[in-house]
Amino acid sequence: MTATAAPPAKPTPSPATRAVSHLFKARETAIVIALLLVVIAATLRNPNFLFSADGFRDLLLTPSLLLLVAVGQAIVIFTRNIDLSVGSVLGLTAYLTGRLFIDVPGIPIIAVFLAGIIIGGMLGLVNGALIALAKVPALVITLGTLYIYRGVNVAWAGSDRINASDLPAAFRGLGTGQILYIPILTIVAVVVLVIAAWVLRNLRSGREFYAIGSDPAAAHLYGLPVTRRIITAFVVSGALSGFAGVLYAARYGTVSSAAGTGWEFQAIGAAVIGGVAISGGVGTVWGAAIGAYLLLTINRALPILGIQDFWQRAVLGALIIGAIVLDRVLALRQSRKLLEIREEGR
Amino acid sequence: MFTQHRTRRLGMALTAMAAAAALTLTGCASGGDNGGGEGGGDADLSVTFLPKNLGNPYFDTSSAGGTEAVEEFGGEFAEVGPSEASPTSQVSFIQTAAQQGVGALVVSANDPEAICDALDEARDAGVKVVTFDSDTNPECRDLFINQATAEGIAKIQVDLIAEQIGGAGQIAILSASANATNQNAWIELMEEELAANHPDIELVETVYGDDDDQTSFDKTAALLQTYPELKGIVSPTTVGIAAAARYLSTSEYKGQVALTGLGTPNQMREYVEDGTVTAFALWNPADLGYLAAYAAKALIEGEITGEEGDTFEAGKLGDYEVGPDATVLLGDPYVFDAENIGDFDF
Repeated sequence: MTATAAPPAKPTPSPATRAVSHLFKARETAIVIALLLVVIAATLRNPNFLFSADGFRDLLLTPSLLLLVAVGQAIVIFTRNIDLSVGSVLGLTAYLTGRLFIDVPGIPIIAVFLAGIIIGGMLGLVNGALIALAKVPALVITLGTLYIYRGVNVAWAGSDRINASDLPAAFRGLGTGQILYIPILTIVAVVVLVIAAWVLRNLRSGREFYAIGSDPAAAHLYGLPVTRRIITAFVVSGALSGFAGVLYAARYGTVSSAAGTGWEFQAIGAAVIGGVAISGGVGTVWGAAIGAYLLLTINRALPILGIQDFWQRAVLGALIIGAIVLDRVLALRQSRKLLEIREEGR
Repeated sequence: MFTQHRTRRLGMALTAMAAAAALTLTGCASGGDNGGGEGGGDADLSVTFLPKNLGNPYFDTSSAGGTEAVEEFGGEFAEVGPSEASPTSQVSFIQTAAQQGVGALVVSANDPEAICDALDEARDAGVKVVTFDSDTNPECRDLFINQATAEGIAKIQVDLIAEQIGGAGQIAILSASANATNQNAWIELMEEELAANHPDIELVETVYGDDDDQTSFDKTAALLQTYPELKGIVSPTTVGIAAAARYLSTSEYKGQVALTGLGTPNQMREYVEDGTVTAFALWNPADLGYLAAYAAKALIEGEITGEEGDTFEAGKLGDYEVGPDATVLLGDPYVFDAENIGDFDF
């Protein structure tokens, strides 16, 4: 509005400059910078954080499982839904993994992975079907299944638990093994991430998740298969949680009926920190993945930075609120900019 | 299995009746008047074990100890119990045992309050009630067999870690949650024990794994990175020690940082065999069941009444004295190491 003169005709920026400016503007860049700052601060304080063999491995490995769950969660949130049951699905499949190895001696590892993914997907299907067909808010349904799935797990496991000696060594090796210094779990997680990101960005069906979340009514009027996409989002979220459950057993070796408690909040937290708008339609799985890394890396860095146990959760909470406030500020600025452009266009 | 016990009991009861008929003539009447089924001077040495739940390896071990003891003193052993450990699930089993007029009931209570009425009825019917592992309110039982005292638990862990790190260096504690009463009591006593007898051992930090596998695992990693000079970790919680062992077993610190605490053999077998852990402590549930059975025998025979200072003999374990609040202490915690871990399955 201050510009009274006619705006000069902007030269069309070259693709390279556009890419660079996009990189700087991207919401994900801010989180990557935050992640790097945390790693640098922790490494300055204690070089072992990055430069010891264990430190480097843990840096990559620890967030890998949450990454899988957060990617599934992000896809659900894109459609303006939420999946609170992921922690319970993860716990149930982790216990299932152990039981399969105990009850079916000699079962091939790949069969256990398939079982975990399929059972996880079926649990997600229950969520999705109830939400999309019965038209009940996802928050309510998945809060219910959070307790139901956990209840099944507790009834099944009781006070029993899976011990490391119940699992074959080759399977446990997956949880800690490395290929060229990169943990296997991290490679698996990144492969899943790249596939999900590609589908969501390039396929028509992938874009429809965003369209549904941006405006469900419009998506419906436009004739998008809303019900089918929402069910798909929950099945994917369940299957990824199931996959993470199997890997959880491989990584931690011990599975009790409480495994995965609270993961739903970490997954949602990771997505939100990564710039996935809780109101749907906005964000990328890359953001959720980096959010998962930031969340858990901060978690590991705080003790090294000398912040007391009791304060660590408060710091995480502040981070999540900060991310949401930042989103809100960015969204306001964006809409003001759009308004300005419209004014100028008149 | 249940019916089989009943038939055997019927035979026993008939013999007892005959004996009672003979003995009443000599004026040797017992206090409990239970419709004639009660034995006389040569008391009814039938002992029924009622664990928290059946199919629990811990209680399978304690019942095996109980069986051994009962066979030694020529009594009759039975085990009954619910399939899951819920507060009221034991009530019907207590009532059945009271109707059958067993000599003594050896119970691990699922709830200190909920089974009290049923136990009182059983005691009115002349059944002696011994609790073990998990006590009821002191009014509702004759005797409690305590597996360990806080002092004993604290001392054994300090002794183990001191031995494993050669009596000097930095150690850390991996506890359950920050407000777990028993953990905090043990930690306080451990600090006192360290200050009194091991001035060269420095306790650098106590961290809280919340009795969650994953949190405990990550806290272990943080401890190892934060304190490069760390010589040992003590984890007085079964979840914590297994998670810490899992982390250590796959890290560069394996064999260099000692780990001990309270754990169960099944959880720790893998890590004792691969050399991550040399020794850890817990009580021996077999001895606990064995002692409980002998205590039941002493109560049935009227050798003790639960008064402080009463003494009785418990087979291979030797002589025991009843302490305050009608409690008998099993003794020092049991140390598990590579030599003996193969003998246990719980």
